[in-house]
Amino acid sequence: MSLLRIENVSRHFGNLVAVDDVSMIVEPGELRAVIGPNGAGKTTFFNLITGFLIPTSGRIVFDGSDITKMLPARRVWRGIARTFQITEVFPELTLHENLRIAVEVAAGYRLKAWLSRDANGEVKARVTDLLEIGGLGEKADRMVGELSHGDQRATEIMMALALNPKLLLLDEPTAGMGDQETYDITQLIRKLHHDKKLTIVLIEHDMRVVFHLADRIMVLTEGAMLAEGTPKEIAANEAVQAAYLGKVA
Amino acid sequence: MDLVSRRRAGDAAIWLLLVSAPYWLTHVGGYVELGTRVLILALAAMALNFLLGFTGVLSFGHAAYFGLGAYGVAMTIKYLIASTPLAILVGVAAGTAAAAVVGPLIARLRGVYFAMCTIAFGQVFYYIAFQWRSVTRGDDGLTAWHRMPLDFGFAELDILNNNKAFYYMVLVVFAAAVAAMAFLLRSPFGRTLLAIRENERRARFLGIPVDRHIWLSWVISCFFVSIAGALYALMNDFVDPRALRWDQSGNFVIMAVLGGMRSFWGPLIGAAIFLVLEDYISSHTDNWMSFVGLFFVLVVLFFPRGILGIIGRRAVS
Repeated sequence: MSLLRIENVSRHFGNLVAVDDVSMIVEPGELRAVIGPNGAGKTTFFNLITGFLIPTSGRIVFDGSDITKMLPARRVWRGIARTFQITEVFPELTLHENLRIAVEVAAGYRLKAWLSRDANGEVKARVTDLLEIGGLGEKADRMVGELSHGDQRATEIMMALALNPKLLLLDEPTAGMGDQETYDITQLIRKLHHDKKLTIVLIEHDMRVVFHLADRIMVLTEGAMLAEGTPKEIAANEAVQAAYLGKVA
Repeated sequence: MDLVSRRRAGDAAIWLLLVSAPYWLTHVGGYVELGTRVLILALAAMALNFLLGFTGVLSFGHAAYFGLGAYGVAMTIKYLIASTPLAILVGVAAGTAAAAVVGPLIARLRGVYFAMCTIAFGQVFYYIAFQWRSVTRGDDGLTAWHRMPLDFGFAELDILNNNKAFYYMVLVVFAAAVAAMAFLLRSPFGRTLLAIRENERRARFLGIPVDRHIWLSWVISCFFVSIAGALYALMNDFVDPRALRWDQSGNFVIMAVLGGMRSFWGPLIGAAIFLVLEDYISSHTDNWMSFVGLFFVLVVLFFPRGILGIIGRRAVS
């Protein structure tokens, strides 16, 4: 069974058609990239999946149930976690606290006034685990707002990972980063995909990242799907080259 | 000294000062009742700050629940039963129940809209107290009642005539309330409130139902502010509609911001400065509020994180 099935989804803003009749099927364990020029509707498309926006028409099925009109928090509980184009973290809390909140919420402790010693130990172990995966261990007691852009982005991805998602959505994970940071984040995503067998859908502008990571690529232009296929197929696709890749390269 | 032991030392110093206050206040030109007033209004400001500083939601209507606590106490003792503990229970129940009902109506609002609606609801309660003369005596306020000595069965504590005894009764309630707030803020639930303050969007996409948590934080905050209101009525042996008016709410906000709304003890410091300034300046001029206001503006301009914010910054750097 496919994990995410998007059927003929459209989203209008007045006369503007931001997403136009787009369908996409994501299989478990797949890493799917969504690319397209600025204003192609990629982020709107993402927002439809996470519930930030509701589609004007069409249907979204996740893990066997219809989530088209479900509230964002409920989608999170069902296993969809996301990061944002502009990093969304808790800047005036420490890195440890940032992850701890995510871990506690994921464990269902959000209304608890206290934790047993065992539960507390498990939370701490999980936070340590996440710090290690993200390569952030030695920065645990720093305020997240004081960390580098790359580390903040890694923090955000680790917070999403703390939710034990079935599907991880990354909105331009390397946006605004230098070469080294881009490389580090790419390696991190690759690790999550390969080692943790996580299903990931990402929007990305950096073609090196996309062709390095993706199993399949979907290309959007002006809200509509232009092409879909493996990186090889996309690279060879003339329409894509004309519309998008040619301009970048 | 690391941050944790610094904080413990700070806590110990504050408690020591509060416990010994009745014995040193008179030597520095103060008096016991001033200490009592600081404790009570500090509790109100700290309760407000549970919402403002630790959930990131500004209420300009907390006086309503403070005042309901106060009227609950006065009416219980005047009309129902002459018992201080029961009166406090009734007052707190009234304030909390009203907040629980108002909460769902405003928990979806943010920023200035939330603040405006808290004022509006607050003024509703103010006008009820003002107009319902047969019960509340309107603008004259509820007089001709007084707090009752505490009867423990084996002993009696005369909080009516012994001002030190009343101070310590208030301190015990204050300590319990403050400890409960600190406990909540260090819990997983408390951390979800910090999360909402820091970044609502991230909080929502971690799966926190933000509106519901804001509602809970609001009710908890109003619960504590109504405890302060109940004590306020007992302190004055009197209550009138000014206790629920919006300028009283504004004073709580000023105290919290003055002392530093990001620090747990900030509102206590803010309340102490506010009330000492009021006490001192109002004995010289009726326009004391202009001076307090000027001081407030200077603090906000030069130390936007409040008085305790200065120390906090230094501790970090």
